[in-house]
Amino acid sequence: MSTADNSKRKAPAGERVADYFDGRLGIYSLAKANMRKIFPDHWSFMLGEICLYSFIIIILTGVYLTLFFHPSMNEVHYHGSYVPMQGVLMSEAFASTLDISFDVRGGLLIRQIHHWAALIFVAGMVVHMMRVFFTGAFRKPREINWIFGFLLLVLGMFTGFTGYSLPDDLLSGTGVRFMQGAILSVPVVGTYLSFFLFGGEFPGGDFVARFYSIHILLLPGIMMGLLVAHLILVFYHKHTQFAGPGRTNNNVVGMPLLPVYMAKAGGFFFLVFGVIAAIAAIATINPIWALGPYRPDHVSTGAQPDWYMGMPEGLIRAMPGWEINLWGHTLVLGVFIPLVLFPLVLGAIAVWPFIEAWVTGDKREHHILDRPRNAPTRTAFGVAWIAEYMVLLIGGGNDMFAQYFHLSINAITWFVRIGFFAVPVIAFIVTKRICMGLQRRDHDKVLHGRETGIIKRLPHGEFIEVHEPLTQARLHTLTAHDQYKPAELGPLVDENGVERKAGRMEKLRVKLSKGFYAEGNQITKPTVDEYKEIQAGHGHH
Amino acid sequence: MSSQDIPEDKHLPSEQGDAHHAGVAVADDPFADPGLPAHKPRIQDIDERAAKRSERTVAMLFTISMLATIGFIAAYVTIPVDKIVFIFPLGKVSALNFALGLTLGAALFCIGAGAVHWARTLMSDVEVADERHPIQASPEVKAKVMQDFADGASESAIGRRPLIRNTMIGALAMLPLSALVIMRDLGPLPQEKLRKTLWAKGKLLINQNTMEPLRPEDVAVGSLTFAMPEGLEEEQHDFQVQIAKAALMIVRIQPEDIKDKKELEWSHDGIVAYSKICTHVGCPISLYEQQTHHVLCPCHQSTFDLSDGARVIFGPAGHALPQLRIGVNKEGFLEALGDFEEPVGPAFWERG
Repeated sequence: MSTADNSKRKAPAGERVADYFDGRLGIYSLAKANMRKIFPDHWSFMLGEICLYSFIIIILTGVYLTLFFHPSMNEVHYHGSYVPMQGVLMSEAFASTLDISFDVRGGLLIRQIHHWAALIFVAGMVVHMMRVFFTGAFRKPREINWIFGFLLLVLGMFTGFTGYSLPDDLLSGTGVRFMQGAILSVPVVGTYLSFFLFGGEFPGGDFVARFYSIHILLLPGIMMGLLVAHLILVFYHKHTQFAGPGRTNNNVVGMPLLPVYMAKAGGFFFLVFGVIAAIAAIATINPIWALGPYRPDHVSTGAQPDWYMGMPEGLIRAMPGWEINLWGHTLVLGVFIPLVLFPLVLGAIAVWPFIEAWVTGDKREHHILDRPRNAPTRTAFGVAWIAEYMVLLIGGGNDMFAQYFHLSINAITWFVRIGFFAVPVIAFIVTKRICMGLQRRDHDKVLHGRETGIIKRLPHGEFIEVHEPLTQARLHTLTAHDQYKPAELGPLVDENGVERKAGRMEKLRVKLSKGFYAEGNQITKPTVDEYKEIQAGHGHH
Repeated sequence: MSSQDIPEDKHLPSEQGDAHHAGVAVADDPFADPGLPAHKPRIQDIDERAAKRSERTVAMLFTISMLATIGFIAAYVTIPVDKIVFIFPLGKVSALNFALGLTLGAALFCIGAGAVHWARTLMSDVEVADERHPIQASPEVKAKVMQDFADGASESAIGRRPLIRNTMIGALAMLPLSALVIMRDLGPLPQEKLRKTLWAKGKLLINQNTMEPLRPEDVAVGSLTFAMPEGLEEEQHDFQVQIAKAALMIVRIQPEDIKDKKELEWSHDGIVAYSKICTHVGCPISLYEQQTHHVLCPCHQSTFDLSDGARVIFGPAGHALPQLRIGVNKEGFLEALGDFEEPVGPAFWERG
């Protein structure tokens, strides 16, 4: 080593610290790959950031709350500063939540930030998932990351549920009772599961402590792991981007992490946190003091779970009360079918990427996003899924809808029962038509140019609207997407003349492929020749 | 069935990247990628005064954040935790919560707004392209890995010594059983617990509002009364578990309006007692419509007809509410004539 060289110039302190860590962690190689990493810009790419940041906010505020919350179901008489509850018998969990809300300065704020951030976290994940779905960002190589994200959503829902059950208030206790009733419906083992989860009969004295460890340790621990894996994969795969001039499948165009995204994404964390803090300042969430402590024989009307549990709530409310009693056993279909449908409805969207990959047989990497219209079947499926979700949300709040819109609750329930099957089908058909219409418009725009709104009168009296040809950048953007051709059954006779039978799966795949990509299911994009021909024919049409 | 026997490539679009790749003779292909557009300078890039203005804006935002943090501390110290103020249009709110939330929100938001404004107006917005590299390894790398794996596997002799392999799989497969077994003490076995409640012959019906034993004359036609068994105290350690099963609702119906024969037999002078716990998933039923004798569970809207054996007339519940047989003792108080004859609450596998 040339010590003579180094002794002349003493490196600045920051560099010496970096050298220290590089010698032990290899940070320079890490920074070389990532410090100036390019991220593309699009508003929809912020949705995932909202999820990440609200997760961080939840962890920060959650740690604070654990300092004051007592996860115990021991019954105590309340003697805190909230007068209406003086002397009321309640669990320590509920009493300590009252203390956090009324006696700890800033406790109410942190509690409300925690709860609001949780609501926003799950909502953010759903919207982020929709962004990924409708733009086809889940395609190879990102299918595994799609699954990680989906697991985060499901775990987020259950972390939320176990979290809002902790204060042991009247509303959340009712939700826990619902969950226990659903567990009881599981054939053969349901009763045992319920006894093991609750340490005996409902409600017992254990579930708050058990939910607590699930809520603050088990589920967030798993989620933290998944989240880190999710982010590592985002870095490793590099970000997707929309088609456009200079943006190809082999590059990623945007601005570097240092400084632009360090400032933008870092700043966005503060924006999200600031907005949630302001919401927590002005909008009360989960006022447990107004509800009172849980008693299994008390209930309030208009009992609603947090929004992300509205979907299973809808399933259970709409399901007819089927019960089969045979050989001394009861099969509680009226509750068990909703319990099974819950993961199935959620999972329908999660398996789509694999179905699509199987139908297309496409093994290439995809880094250019689809515009939703250019994948009509996928978009229609996604909208159908959202429609199903919405129907179930309406079902979950059927009493509220009945009350606020002066409707019959029976009519709403019947709407949900029929709509569960009908609405997704209608949504699918309508969405597909809209996508095709938009594809046609793009097609016309490419061939005939943009409508300028200028009406011109020709010498012989005809009126025409002047169309302005698109720039090459626009032309490229509108024609950059790939279009699959429908698959065909392979030859049924091989080169030696031996017949083979097409398997059922193969036939299904061809059928689906035709449903996705055959004529009538997508608009063939304009070719260069078509364009030239029309442009040659003096442009106006 | 493998997808291998389907000619996959036929319906795939042409290979990626070569269709409209930058650099194709542009004149020939009007749809070709014209490449990245030239950078359009922002006002701050060309006008130093505008850049200065941006700088001041960012600095001002950061300064507001500092002031807001000071405000947060001041609010924490000065505003009493129990002070309630009226703020339009929110109504009466906790002054401390409102002040802390807004100052914290402003302190955070202004940092974010400052950073984003700085990035958008003063940092370079020249777009650059990074190349992507295939995720998949090259054939050489793959061959090397496969060879390494084969070497490692053969050196371990796992393939040649199936006895080791099989016993190892067996050991690893059995180990999780311990984790399963150790869960046993999470709770007791159900046994008959879900079939029994505190109700028994001779137990008085205690009015939950007055905590006094009920007499028939206390129950007016059209009223809904909640009761629990004599001897159950709120202070008891298993109160919640017991009330979750024993909660009772009592209504009085004109005896001639009672359609169900057994219901009439089990009633006393038109007074009928039913389990308050919904047979759907266990919410307490609390809404009574006296004209129709319907009760409604507010959770999932299961509706039961109390004049007809509490059968389900709407909603997701699967069976009628269990009825408690009641009578009057010598002192003229309402009493239970036994426990419920069937399990109360949600159905379960062993219910039968």
